[in-house]
Amino acid sequence: MKKVLKSDGFQSLIASLICVILGLFIGYIVLLIINPEGAFEAILAIIKNFLFYPSGPARMKYFGATLVKTAPLVMCSLSILFAYKVGLFNIGVAGQYCAGIGASIYCALALNLPWYFCLLAAVVAGGILGTASGMLKAYCNVNEVISGIMLNWICLYTVNGVLKNVKEPSSPYTYNIANKNTKALLPNLGLDKLFGNNKYVTIAIPLAIVVAIVVMIILDKTKIGYELKATGLNKNAAKYAGIKEKKNIIISLAISGGVAGAGAAFYYLTGVEQWMCTSSAVPNMGFNGIASAFLGALNPIGTLISSFFIQHITNGGGYVDKTVYCSQISDLISSIIIYLCGFVLFFKTIMKKAGGAKK
Amino acid sequence: MAEYAIEMLGITKVFPGIIANDDITLTLKRGEIHALLGENGAGKSTLMSVLFGLYQPEKGIIKKDGVEVKINDPNDANNLGIGMVHQHFKLVECFSVLDNIIMGAEPADKLGFLHKAEARKKITELSEKYGLHVDLDAKIEDITVGMQQRTEILKMLYRDNEILIFDEPTAVLTPQEIEELMIIMKNLASEGKSILFISHKLNEIMEVSNRCTILRKGKYIGTVNTDETTVEKLSAMMVGRDVNFHVEKDNKEAGEPILEVEGLSVASKTSKKMVVNNVSFKVRAGEIVCIAGIDGNGQTELVYGITGLEPIKSGTIKLNGEDISKYPVRKRSIAGMAHIPEDRHKHGLVLDYPLDYNMVLQNYYKPEFTNKAGFLKKKNIRAYSEKLIEEFDVRSGQGPSTIARSMSGGNQQKAIAAREMNRDEADLLVAVQPTRGLDIGAIEFIHKKLIAERDEGKAVLLVSLELDEVMDVPDRILVMYEGEIVGEFDPKNVTQEELGLYMSGAKRDEVKS
Repeated sequence: MKKVLKSDGFQSLIASLICVILGLFIGYIVLLIINPEGAFEAILAIIKNFLFYPSGPARMKYFGATLVKTAPLVMCSLSILFAYKVGLFNIGVAGQYCAGIGASIYCALALNLPWYFCLLAAVVAGGILGTASGMLKAYCNVNEVISGIMLNWICLYTVNGVLKNVKEPSSPYTYNIANKNTKALLPNLGLDKLFGNNKYVTIAIPLAIVVAIVVMIILDKTKIGYELKATGLNKNAAKYAGIKEKKNIIISLAISGGVAGAGAAFYYLTGVEQWMCTSSAVPNMGFNGIASAFLGALNPIGTLISSFFIQHITNGGGYVDKTVYCSQISDLISSIIIYLCGFVLFFKTIMKKAGGAKK
Repeated sequence: MAEYAIEMLGITKVFPGIIANDDITLTLKRGEIHALLGENGAGKSTLMSVLFGLYQPEKGIIKKDGVEVKINDPNDANNLGIGMVHQHFKLVECFSVLDNIIMGAEPADKLGFLHKAEARKKITELSEKYGLHVDLDAKIEDITVGMQQRTEILKMLYRDNEILIFDEPTAVLTPQEIEELMIIMKNLASEGKSILFISHKLNEIMEVSNRCTILRKGKYIGTVNTDETTVEKLSAMMVGRDVNFHVEKDNKEAGEPILEVEGLSVASKTSKKMVVNNVSFKVRAGEIVCIAGIDGNGQTELVYGITGLEPIKSGTIKLNGEDISKYPVRKRSIAGMAHIPEDRHKHGLVLDYPLDYNMVLQNYYKPEFTNKAGFLKKKNIRAYSEKLIEEFDVRSGQGPSTIARSMSGGNQQKAIAAREMNRDEADLLVAVQPTRGLDIGAIEFIHKKLIAERDEGKAVLLVSLELDEVMDVPDRILVMYEGEIVGEFDPKNVTQEELGLYMSGAKRDEVKS
């Protein structure tokens, strides 16, 4: 029992739970401050999310809706996690995700390609962007955070420009893939039936789980994982052992970018959302991936759970009574909780210290 | 006033899997120099960390001047007048000596303005009183290691500390600097300061200390008056058996050249100067060649050049007749080069990897440990590291799963030595200060292993700063001074004094190897 209490995994779990509870609590206080009348109902709605609906099929349908948004978030947090294990902070994940959006939508609408090519294009686009950051880091010693942030903007405006070619004439949004090229939609494989005929539930969800498992296997069980982690933990020792650390930096950011790109395809190729060609910021999905990766204690399986949780409360925010609170309230509460998620490492360190002193 | 400045009574400190201190008692008289002796991992550092407030003991009490005190953190220790010079100095490189000394105890007035003149006056007085010569306005990065250490000592004195802890203070010093330090310590003690001196160098303990407390594997062995004991008795108490001080080795005829270095130059990173300048030598099979010299004369860069960690400027390096000058690190390793690096934390280990992962750092990619699909064979890795741990007596809390960072320095070093000496394909072992920071028992062990490597017909290039090691272990000595080889000797026909003259640049020969 003591061993379990002292184990790293258990402490990570507790730290994550503390963040979650604290986040909900502070969120509740904010609701109380804005309007004490409906605060309890509001926080309950956020926690309940799809359980808001009384009927089973409706619940499954909206559970599915949460999962649809979870898949891309899982991919973004895996992207962050993968680079982080090699000692890199891939803040460019948002741009790589954006590149994935651009590539997949363009392939679907302008080139009329089937979904697998669109997905591949998204992976390649994200991967190229990651490689760019990686090469700048490896050969020019440009910090990946700086290059990542800059590439985010470059990418955003490029995607806006490119997707103008496939936009509806009367609105800033791109065409709905479902109306233009159904081949490009990710297959459902009957999953939609499971989730109350939610047609946006596709193979993206199981695929994201598969990618999480693959990432875990690569990091834990393979030679490449050994090399990548060694490079991340001690660059000098890696060099001493003959590991090509520059190559590893590029590879890991390329993979990281590819995963983020795939995440974009997992979302936009369901047809659930269209790109707004006048967007003035990269989608938040990438940045939320950072929170999700840390809340998931930088463990691939942990990110599955944390990503689901984050999307759960974000979606739950939609059920807050809009007559009592303004419409941005859901974003506000979920961002408070996500913000608190960043404190996982902080709580873990505190617990480590407390545990060390007792022992 | 109580007789003892500090009493640590019945201290017990437990870490997961290991009892670091088991009911240890240490008493420090006022004005005495008290040595704390023990092998690596004996619990010396833990005990001092308890005194300095870094760890809380499970059992035991600490008394200062006969009154029980609670030391919760280093600030408490400071308030009680306990100061420590760490083995690795804690100085800000780009600050001046004066700024470093006052740092944390700045002489500021209520408005936050510094009054450095007062501090300067106080420090000047202190340095004159104790013979601690430093240039207060020099930057740390520009002064010698010995002077940096004096800065650390002044830091303690400036804070009016009464109890001074020295953690292996001589490990980084040249013989001359060590002598100066001994005099300073005696001065401090005669002025009423109480000194705790952690060391495993017996000669220094005999020379400078009044009493000596010995720890072994976390247990208290005894406290002796140094003038009533001998080096042999102390070492037997420390190691638990008699230690052979002299390295025994048979004469061996050297074979074919394994490593041939010709006209090797390595450029400085910061200037256009050559830090290694046109160096040529050979190391033959069955021969230990030692590069001797004072730290910072190009030995590190020479090794970087040979092992491929840094590019060379000119010259050739041949291993078994194969020109490896342009090879990357991995290719040199495959060509037959093993390397015990100088800095075990920087290069030698991935500190946050478990011990077994570290044991295969140089050969994890081989079919023995990685299958064709690229998956690690974890069972083999574990079995292999268990074998090495056993053979080299690497002590750790949780065996192969121990995170390398949590191991003591000596055991980390043993792990590296085990890894590098077990590489069958290697014909050349480059061992850079392989016994740095090790205790006598471990040094004896490493020396035996080095000689065993030689006897197996391997070529060994040893780089050492320790004169005893330079005299005892190799078959041939090359002295390096300012990037050049200035003398070649047979250890049987040379004295330490003679070597010292070459090492300090007072004498030089034309060496053709």
